Amino acid sequence: MSELRELYQQVILDHNRKPRNFRVLEDANRTADGYNPLCGDQIKLYLAVEDGVIKDAAFQGKGCAISKASASMMTAGVIGKRVDEAEALFQRVHAMLTAAPSPGDTAGEGLGKLAVFSGVREFPSRVKCAVLPWHTLRAALSGAAEPVSTE
Amino acid sequence: MSTITRSAQGPAATGWDVARIRQDFPALHQEIHGKPLVYLDNAATTQKPQVVIDALSAYYTRDNANVHRGVHLLSERATDAYESARRRIQRHLNAASHREIVFVRQATEAINLVAASFGRMAVGAGDEIVISAIEHHANIVPWQMLCEEKGARLKVVPVDDRGDLIMDEYAGLLGPRTRLVAITQVSNALGTITPIEEIIRLAHRENIPVLVDGAQAAPHQAVDVRALDCDFFVFSGHKTYGPTGIGVLYGKETWLERMPPYQGGGDMIKMVTFEKTIYNDLPYKFEAGTPHIAGAIGLATALDYLDGLGLDRIAAWEHELLEYGTELLQAVPGVRLIGTARRKAAVLSFVLDGIHPHDVGTILDHEGVAVRAGHHCAMPVMDRFGVPATVRASLGLYNTPAELDTLATAVHTAREIIGG
Repeated sequence: MSELRELYQQVILDHNRKPRNFRVLEDANRTADGYNPLCGDQIKLYLAVEDGVIKDAAFQGKGCAISKASASMMTAGVIGKRVDEAEALFQRVHAMLTAAPSPGDTAGEGLGKLAVFSGVREFPSRVKCAVLPWHTLRAALSGAAEPVSTE
Repeated sequence: MSTITRSAQGPAATGWDVARIRQDFPALHQEIHGKPLVYLDNAATTQKPQVVIDALSAYYTRDNANVHRGVHLLSERATDAYESARRRIQRHLNAASHREIVFVRQATEAINLVAASFGRMAVGAGDEIVISAIEHHANIVPWQMLCEEKGARLKVVPVDDRGDLIMDEYAGLLGPRTRLVAITQVSNALGTITPIEEIIRLAHRENIPVLVDGAQAAPHQAVDVRALDCDFFVFSGHKTYGPTGIGVLYGKETWLERMPPYQGGGDMIKMVTFEKTIYNDLPYKFEAGTPHIAGAIGLATALDYLDGLGLDRIAAWEHELLEYGTELLQAVPGVRLIGTARRKAAVLSFVLDGIHPHDVGTILDHEGVAVRAGHHCAMPVMDRFGVPATVRASLGLYNTPAELDTLATAVHTAREIIGG
């Protein structure tokens, strides 16, 4: 049960219930679709990028608590960041979610609120849920035409 | 916390000694996250009884050789065992001849075989194939591929809010261009038992052949292909307490004789020159290459096991479990059952208000309860019922009322943790 509480921390449950930036972004100039065929999670990500800076970010879709909270916190986290900073954040979050857990590891350090997702590593079948919004972000930034799939 | 009403005695069964039967299945006796495994994912695959595991081991330990080609004793033993398995399956399905039993990898390959071979022979531009709205992807995609290749059209029998096929609409879809009806006997996602006898009767009235997807039926009820009078019947070994990688296509000999081969290679030929090849007789015409010999033997052993228990008694036990589980889940606040057909196999597909099935699945897993959370390879079914996915508990002959209590309690726990 304690591992479950580690996965479903209050902040994740809160973002699941009241996702931030959960809307259509009318003036978006970058969008991408992400899809997890295993469980049916779908996300559409909207970005408004100006002069290399993410001015605004929003998402729509349906998914589990982990993917929804991840999308919510990701959009909150990248607004105001330069594209290269968002890319660097992707790398660090990805490393945190996929690195093998070890005693005293520091994968989540410096990630602020996003560190709550470090518990997902204990649930290999759920890592894709947390990563999906981030892959979709990358696709939106690189202008990929095909929907992103976790498979 | 859950509404445990009858489990102390168990359903008023039938002399079904489930505790003894569970001893036959070694994989059931393990802990998951420190809790006893409650295996409720039987529609995905079933656990294997020890006799099946032993049959595989015995084959590889003593009899392993290639079939149909050796002059040596070992090859004769392997061939005998493989062909005996075929006749065992013929008896199980009550097929008229062993020539009507083709070994394939699983139900999926059997359907692909019919789509490729029957399709090549009998389907052309403007023709129609009739399927239903509750098919597994394996009974949708091969027909879509065939239709695309031939310029044919796919017609879909709709389903009502309970998950029953709308039979009036079905009758209206049958027409002069219909070349085949391909419909499941039991829905994997909803548990619906379709009126397959009526489906076949109506199609045959128009001289349209029928393929029955029996993947979810074969583990739970006796099948008699001659009583059904179906033209094709497919099922998978691994869902029927047998090994993975082996499945069966039954086809009426009159069809199989006329159909072209599916794959080319060894074993499916009588004579090969560079100018011409003469194909082998049935069923070998459809079995190119070395088959899954051990798998066929394992499947025959699994059918022996099931017949020993009695498929009618299995069906009765599972029906009692279904009724008990339905009652338990309906008592959990926020649970909505998806699939409440009038006749149902032991599948409990449900959603929990405000909580995604994937989250429910993870929490159940931590309670030792193995279920499927997802679209069950039936995305059109999910669309029809307006849900992205469901949690599916699918029951088998070894499940117990106490396990259903554990399921219901774990669903309560999910509500507590996520708080829908």
